[in-house]
Amino acid sequence: MPDWEGVRLHVVSGKGGTGKTTVAAALAMALAADGKRTLLIEVEERQGIAELFGISALPYEERRVASVGPGALGRSGARTGSAKGGREGGREGEVFALAIDIEQALLEYLEMFYKLGRAGKALRKVGFIDFATTIAPGLRDVLLTGKACEAVRRKGPDGKRHYDAVVMDAPPTGRVSRFLNINTEVAGLARFGPIFTQSQAVMRVIRSPETAVHLVTLLEEMPVQETVDGVAELRAAGLPVGGVFVNMVRPPMLDEAAILAADGDHREELGMALADAGVGARPGGGARKTVPAATKKLVEPLLAQGREHAARVLLEREQRADVQALKLPTYELPLLSGGVDLGGLYRLAAALKEEGAA
Amino acid sequence: MTAATTPTAPTAATGKQTAGRQQSADPLAGMALDVDALIDDPATAIVVCCGSGGVGKTTTAAALGLRAAERGRKVVVLTIDPARRLAQSMGLTELDNTPRVVKDVAGPGELQAMMLDMKRTFDEVVLAHADPERARQIMENPFYQSLSSGFAGTQEYMAMEKLGQLQATGSWDLIVVDTPPSRSALDFLDAPNRLGSFLDGKLIRVLMAPAKVGGRSAMKFLNVGMTMFTGVLGKILGANVLQDVSTFVAAMDSMFGGFRERADRTYQLLQAPGTAFLVVAAPERDALREAAYFVDRLETDRMPLAGLVLNRVHRTGAPQLTAERALAAAETLEGDADTDSSDGGEAGGSAFAQESEVLAAGLLRLHADRVRTITHERRMRDRFVSIYPDVPLVEVPALAGDVHDLEGLREIGERLAAG
Repeated sequence: MPDWEGVRLHVVSGKGGTGKTTVAAALAMALAADGKRTLLIEVEERQGIAELFGISALPYEERRVASVGPGALGRSGARTGSAKGGREGGREGEVFALAIDIEQALLEYLEMFYKLGRAGKALRKVGFIDFATTIAPGLRDVLLTGKACEAVRRKGPDGKRHYDAVVMDAPPTGRVSRFLNINTEVAGLARFGPIFTQSQAVMRVIRSPETAVHLVTLLEEMPVQETVDGVAELRAAGLPVGGVFVNMVRPPMLDEAAILAADGDHREELGMALADAGVGARPGGGARKTVPAATKKLVEPLLAQGREHAARVLLEREQRADVQALKLPTYELPLLSGGVDLGGLYRLAAALKEEGAA
Repeated sequence: MTAATTPTAPTAATGKQTAGRQQSADPLAGMALDVDALIDDPATAIVVCCGSGGVGKTTTAAALGLRAAERGRKVVVLTIDPARRLAQSMGLTELDNTPRVVKDVAGPGELQAMMLDMKRTFDEVVLAHADPERARQIMENPFYQSLSSGFAGTQEYMAMEKLGQLQATGSWDLIVVDTPPSRSALDFLDAPNRLGSFLDGKLIRVLMAPAKVGGRSAMKFLNVGMTMFTGVLGKILGANVLQDVSTFVAAMDSMFGGFRERADRTYQLLQAPGTAFLVVAAPERDALREAAYFVDRLETDRMPLAGLVLNRVHRTGAPQLTAERALAAAETLEGDADTDSSDGGEAGGSAFAQESEVLAAGLLRLHADRVRTITHERRMRDRFVSIYPDVPLVEVPALAGDVHDLEGLREIGERLAAG
């Protein structure tokens, strides 16, 4: 059984630059396997999703951005086992995406309570939007979380949930607790009335086991530190902590022995080995046992790179230990050289599925 | 700006087009950004570092501040939410909204650093503009409390407010400012206009109406649509909210003029010749896309852009060895090592020599990987430079680990200056 069975709202946060959007997208795809329908929500008006999927800017509208055919994410064991007979197993999963536009979301939000008609236009005319962003910037967060919860709770005519899961590409770790808890604050301000009721409803979803707040990190000091702090902060705020997604993991290029050797003094032998392999000199040329000058010149820079690599591997090992100490479900995603495109997303989604995140 | 000299760009040394090599042409290295010239120039009074999150913006700001101080300037660095270790490296342990002297600065200048406390900064603004009684009313208002301590967006305004305050004291001759890690970091550029349209708008009067004489005075201002709207607003928000908001707005009303003036002044300060914006990025697609957005935005607002700092760039000491050759050689060596082990290590000599072959192969693969990374990063950079040929640029080679102390910051400063 996947780790997040029963979770319908996946909030993906993390330090800036760790690849939140990529992880959120890959997760939405992984969750869509086996004929499920998922929604990927973008809240920061950056159009990062469109960029990632290689499509034009998303309007404020739920759009299908990818399909996940049966077997697209590799053989995933027992869950799709009955591929020939089972109707579920053969169905195509769908990923929808939504880039939230604040102004429209605001009007929609108000429309939820009242038929505004002309007053809606008036709102815009008197500068309600300016008002909202100048005087109550927190309104943004209310709208964003409200929209996500609406998508989570939405039901189809058959009474089933419209989306099997909603994945939100959320604000960075430093702001995420406040962002998710905004409705508590609003409820405190409004005390009663429809807005109060609405914010209570949103908080019920966010604090329930139906929500998981995942953190994305890299195996570097600052992001890991921020993850550790972020987990503590989420817990203190009573928010459901999900898993840790370690992104852009590089495979070690040198084995243990080589790392140790890179530290020792092997210049001569190394030069010899390089010369043998024809690096820095024409193969076969020159007498054996003398290292050509051109080869010699390479030894130092190559060793320096080796030492740097060794230092990084050790640092990563420490960081990994810190992540493991959190005792949360942890997933690792490989670094895809040259950046992530649609093909890369499928690979990352497959990795997540393989590791049990979906 | 001086002509482009990027001594470390490998192709620069070997000269013109090496036949068929895909390494980027030198003209694309762009104009060089001379960081030392910028921070040494007594005319430079403010440096604003902006860029997306995770590109080393705060570190860059701190390193610049330290370097400037050690080169003789009296500097204050304003950081926003620095990573704990970075704060500690400057001796900052608490968020107290006051510049603290950074110890162990080597050189004739002086360095102070501070972390922004947005709530306190907001309180200071209120206190500066309202009499004590009114200030108390404002600060006790629940809207003010949420607004000043938590809401996204406040940080951007307060960072600029703090900048204005620091500048007004005249205590430093260089202020280095870090900005919040989001696109909205440039929201402060909109502040004067936004406040303006807000003040001129009817909404403020609508909201103030209930605080005045019932709904009566509102009627005078408003047409039918508006009255309907206040009604709706009241029902939506609940009467108490409207009441809180309007008391808040009424209390703030006297300050808005002051606010707007301040915002205008900060805006002008930013446009002034003494200010230099540095856009910080990493050589990756997303970070450079954000950087492009910042560059465009600054240009639109006629803000003085000094250049782009490209952090975490990879380099190699052996640029003459291509990835292809390194890989081919690694394969040869690995083949040899296999043969060696199968015939008992005799052919390759000692086990020691065999170990060297394995190490050499590993180092060659590592090198190939490095060269590919460099090629990729250069492609990213070149794309940016093609679009923005006039933006001076400096590349900062990647550091192995994070910054833990002043020495680390100094090292970054050196790399910034060396390019």
